[in-house]
Amino acid sequence: MNRSIITVVGKDTVGIIARVCTYLAGKDINILDITQTIVQGYFNMMMIVDTGNIADDFHEFTADLEKLGQSIGVQIKCQREEIFEKMHRI
Amino acid sequence: MININEVIETNLMIEKENLDVRTITVGISLLDCAADTVDEVCRKIKEKIIRVAGNLAETAENISMEFGIPIVNKRISITPISIVGASSCRTPQDYVKIALALDEAAEKVGVNFLGGYSAIVSKGMTESDRLLIESIPEALARTGRICSSVNVGSTKTGINMDAVRLMGEIVKKTAEATKEHDSLGCAKLVVLCNAPDDNPFMAGAFHGVTETDAIINVGVSGPGVVKYALESVRGASFEVLCETIKKTAFKITRVGQLVAQEASRRLGIPFGIIDLSLAPTPAIGDSVADILQEIGVEKAGAPGTTAALAMLNDQVKKGGVMASSYVGGLSGAFIPVSEDQGMIEAAECGALTIEKLEAMTCVCSVGLDMIAIPGDTPASTISGIIADEAAIGMVNQKTTAVRIIPVSGKTVGDNVEFGGLLGHAPVMPVNRFGCSDFISREGRIPAPIHSFKN
Repeated sequence: MNRSIITVVGKDTVGIIARVCTYLAGKDINILDITQTIVQGYFNMMMIVDTGNIADDFHEFTADLEKLGQSIGVQIKCQREEIFEKMHRI
Repeated sequence: MININEVIETNLMIEKENLDVRTITVGISLLDCAADTVDEVCRKIKEKIIRVAGNLAETAENISMEFGIPIVNKRISITPISIVGASSCRTPQDYVKIALALDEAAEKVGVNFLGGYSAIVSKGMTESDRLLIESIPEALARTGRICSSVNVGSTKTGINMDAVRLMGEIVKKTAEATKEHDSLGCAKLVVLCNAPDDNPFMAGAFHGVTETDAIINVGVSGPGVVKYALESVRGASFEVLCETIKKTAFKITRVGQLVAQEASRRLGIPFGIIDLSLAPTPAIGDSVADILQEIGVEKAGAPGTTAALAMLNDQVKKGGVMASSYVGGLSGAFIPVSEDQGMIEAAECGALTIEKLEAMTCVCSVGLDMIAIPGDTPASTISGIIADEAAIGMVNQKTTAVRIIPVSGKTVGDNVEFGGLLGHAPVMPVNRFGCSDFISREGRIPAPIHSFKN
């Protein structure tokens, strides 16, 4: 298991989750958790995914997600979970 | 499990508040590069730097991408070159040859600065130290990436006033040698007291002789993050203020710790220390002066500034040491003028003077940093400023430093543009009364007494 956090930030629109999930399914990536909220009028979604099977292609994966975000009109980032764990857990 | 608010907070720090890892600095010992001829030393140095740090830039890029945290600089620090070159260098030009070789190696591995063109002369100067110091103006004029530092004193040894006198002249010569670029050479030259062996920040970084063969030191920054955190506690008590700074410093340092461990693992080089320093940049919102204003002084330099800075510096250290077992380097708050938009504004409106900056250096993590002064300032006055700073460091058992730029052909009221992270600055006035009789005395100031502390 190699967990990563995908964040989607932008204006809410139909099909954001569907398109991200379709891409992830195509890459055989399992989604462990999804949360979403609205912050200052913007749609914020966080997915915890298992990127264990694409460890070597992580760069390509994040670049793909970024491009997908551009096509939907939102910002999509993927970061390894450790940065959040380290910062917020003792 | 991580929740969405924590994720949003981290990403806000990175995207809006300029949180970054300021530098991954690989310290490399060049003690095994000493040889009988200068050419041989140059060959060995280049070979070793490229072998040890060849993958540094790429590794840092990968870590940056995977964790989504910017890693601004990739740098190298090396054994003070006056030691490495002692066996072969007979003239200052021999040292310049080594500087050119270092510059070439730095370019090849893709680092923007390489520190360690240095001499440690806190008690005495060897012939080799003197030759290196004399070569500094030409070395800095002919290279782009080399940073130089000279340690002229320490709490244990006192202050080497012969070196202080010489460095006043060297700073002037360096300004003259690089006058076409607003005396930029002086921005890469720092005179220190109590210099740490493991500092990853330029221009004072070098790989001390107490260090192992190669080591990863990481400098994290984040004045913007502290500033934004303090905005939420306006008007609150000092207890709340301190708690907020500590918590923020903790979070920032943890990111540095993660990056350092990851870099260490991937490069196969042991992890040394995290230097948690609030290092400002000229970018808006990335300013230590802004934090001081947020704490409650009207402008950096106003009465209260030294106390506010003392508190800030201490809380940053307290938060940082909890977050990493190996906090080292300078760790605290930097107060450069040209690299901090808030400091620039404070200097321009007359709130901040060199004398007030000197007082602030008693409680900050370094010293008089990136201050442009008139080009006609006498060498003895520069030596006097260096001696004052060294005395503050020596007596207070802290690192102090002087990186001032006597800008050739410019005077008070002019502006100087260094570009990039080095920023821009107004030329600040210097006390016009001299100290040449004091500086022309030979020898050293003895170490202070270490008991009867009141």
